[in-house]
Amino acid sequence: MKDNVAISVTNVTKEFRVPHERYSSLKQSILNTFSPKSYTKFKSVSEVSFEIKKGEFFGIVGRNGCGKSTLLKMIAGIYTTTKGDIKVNGTLSPFIELGVGFNPELTGRENIFLSGTILGMKRKVIEQRFDSIVEFSELGEFIDQKLKNYSSGMHVRLAFSIAVQAQSDIMLIDEVLAVGDAAFQAKCLDYFLQLKKEKRTIVFVSHDMGAVKRFCDRAVLINDSEVIEYGDVEKVIEKYSDINLKKVILEQNKVNEKATEIISNKIAKITNTKIIQNNRPIKKVDPNTDITVCFKVEAYEDIEEPILGVTIKQKSTEQTVFGSNTQVGNYKTRNLKKGDKLLFSINIKNVFSNGTYLVTPAIADKRSIAAIDRVEDAAFFITDGWSNNFMPVQVQHSMKVKYDA
Amino acid sequence: MYNKKTMVKNKFRYLDLIRELAITDFKLKYQGSVAGYLWSLAKPLMVFGVLYMVFNVFVRIGASIPHYPLYLLLGVILWGYFAEATTVGMGSVVGKGDMIRKVYFPRIVLIISSSISAIITLFLNLLIVFLFMIFARLIPNPVQIVLFFVLIVELYVLTLGLSLILSSLFVKYRDIGHIWEVLVQVLFYATPIIYPLAVVPMRFQKIILLSPISQIIQDSRWLLITNQTVTSESVLKFPLLLIPYAIPFLLVFIGYNIFQKSSAKFAENV
Repeated sequence: MKDNVAISVTNVTKEFRVPHERYSSLKQSILNTFSPKSYTKFKSVSEVSFEIKKGEFFGIVGRNGCGKSTLLKMIAGIYTTTKGDIKVNGTLSPFIELGVGFNPELTGRENIFLSGTILGMKRKVIEQRFDSIVEFSELGEFIDQKLKNYSSGMHVRLAFSIAVQAQSDIMLIDEVLAVGDAAFQAKCLDYFLQLKKEKRTIVFVSHDMGAVKRFCDRAVLINDSEVIEYGDVEKVIEKYSDINLKKVILEQNKVNEKATEIISNKIAKITNTKIIQNNRPIKKVDPNTDITVCFKVEAYEDIEEPILGVTIKQKSTEQTVFGSNTQVGNYKTRNLKKGDKLLFSINIKNVFSNGTYLVTPAIADKRSIAAIDRVEDAAFFITDGWSNNFMPVQVQHSMKVKYDA
Repeated sequence: MYNKKTMVKNKFRYLDLIRELAITDFKLKYQGSVAGYLWSLAKPLMVFGVLYMVFNVFVRIGASIPHYPLYLLLGVILWGYFAEATTVGMGSVVGKGDMIRKVYFPRIVLIISSSISAIITLFLNLLIVFLFMIFARLIPNPVQIVLFFVLIVELYVLTLGLSLILSSLFVKYRDIGHIWEVLVQVLFYATPIIYPLAVVPMRFQKIILLSPISQIIQDSRWLLITNQTVTSESVLKFPLLLIPYAIPFLLVFIGYNIFQKSSAKFAENV
């Protein structure tokens, strides 16, 4: 192995056998010695190869269940490989979970020594760093309390403070590290940035593309247990969002097939709800571009100046983020006669943050404002590409700070 | 591929881990206090008290043996260690399943640390035995102490071998726990703990003394308490005599191989 390589993964395959019947007792297994054992082979990782160089912040990216955690566990030596070879050059600390080996019956102090040793620190080293661990954890006098009396926040702070002190050549960090409240997340980020500055070798498993983009020098994308893209972070992220998008569209199409028409009392009917951009139907919408939502209406009876409109809701939060109609927009509609057909369209700037949005078109009576027809979640679109993503709607804005004012 | 320098570094790191885990086990057992230790003594002393009443006062089975109470106490404490060390050793891998799934370390560390914490308990209990011996004016000379220590090493090797086998099996077959509990009960009566071997017919004596735990208990009594003890040496002839001494080492050899083979899959199976 070359000197500048920290970890090399060559043609690694991991198969799990999932028995149809699992014998967890000797009795069962003796009774069933002569009956043929049936099991399904499940390939979690398949023919995966890549190299991680020393001093590199390397990302392993993939959807849930793609095999990236299995891969991490094989690198850490927790799982054996079924086929292939993993070589590790240097000492290695796995952070697959915080607070490994914590015992609730021991005090914080005792747990620092226990968990620290499990993470590979020597007792002397822990003694030296003990004060800074306690300080970092903000536990103060609570350090001599039993762990079972700690709040979950204290628990996490202590665990993280110990992890920060591990000084291995290579660190394996699973995404589960980045949990907790905002203040704690900020601490995690600081820690990652510090690691990056120190030029430590980091293997970072995540499906948070923001974090990957921010920290990683190179990355590998794994999907359905295989390597899809390897190397350039930008390309990996692009491929990843493609895969995600395909998956989301597939799922949403299934849902939409079942989309129910809430009201169909034969006065009017809404059909063909579509999201259009540049004269083409579209599912994925870039930030800050214009889209058109349109639908057709067929009147089965005479309707006097109907109100036409749409609402848009964010799928993940079920929160309506936009809604408008001809009445609030002061757009006067004509009376419809039985058999009339019309096409309604509304232009919107895509200011919605990353995620899936469901569009509900409706037609209502002028006087009662009661809906004549309404198709719940008739269409959808996906926004992707905002870098700042923490509010549902991205309002255009500018900032200025004036000093010595 | 780990280079040589890190290999050596890692070995030391695991010694630290063994010590830390053993200390933790020990602390948890005694809740970090002297009172905790005294409570842990209560069990063997209680067993001793009951057996003493039944077999020395009611039935008087040990009347022929000088210092029968001490003879009984030593047997009970050595047996107590054997039963506890194997039972705790059996569960030591499964009990640390959480750690196994999240960090790599040689899994044998778990067995060794749990065996160390058990042997510390044995030494503390033996202090009580020596205290009683001094009361009975049975003061051992250095040679006796050294030879007794050799027997303790044999006992340690025996429990280590059994722990390695049992813990590997326990990961896959959880009913081993019940099976071993029953076997320990059977072994308790198949071992001359409460009854003097002299009351047993000769051919059974021979079979009983093939068992290393019987041999260790009888040798210890012969060494420290009374030479009126039937030992493996006094009953078995040369080739057969090797069996009780060979079994512990054979068990460690077999156990180590089973353990190393199955430990690679512990993280998946546990």
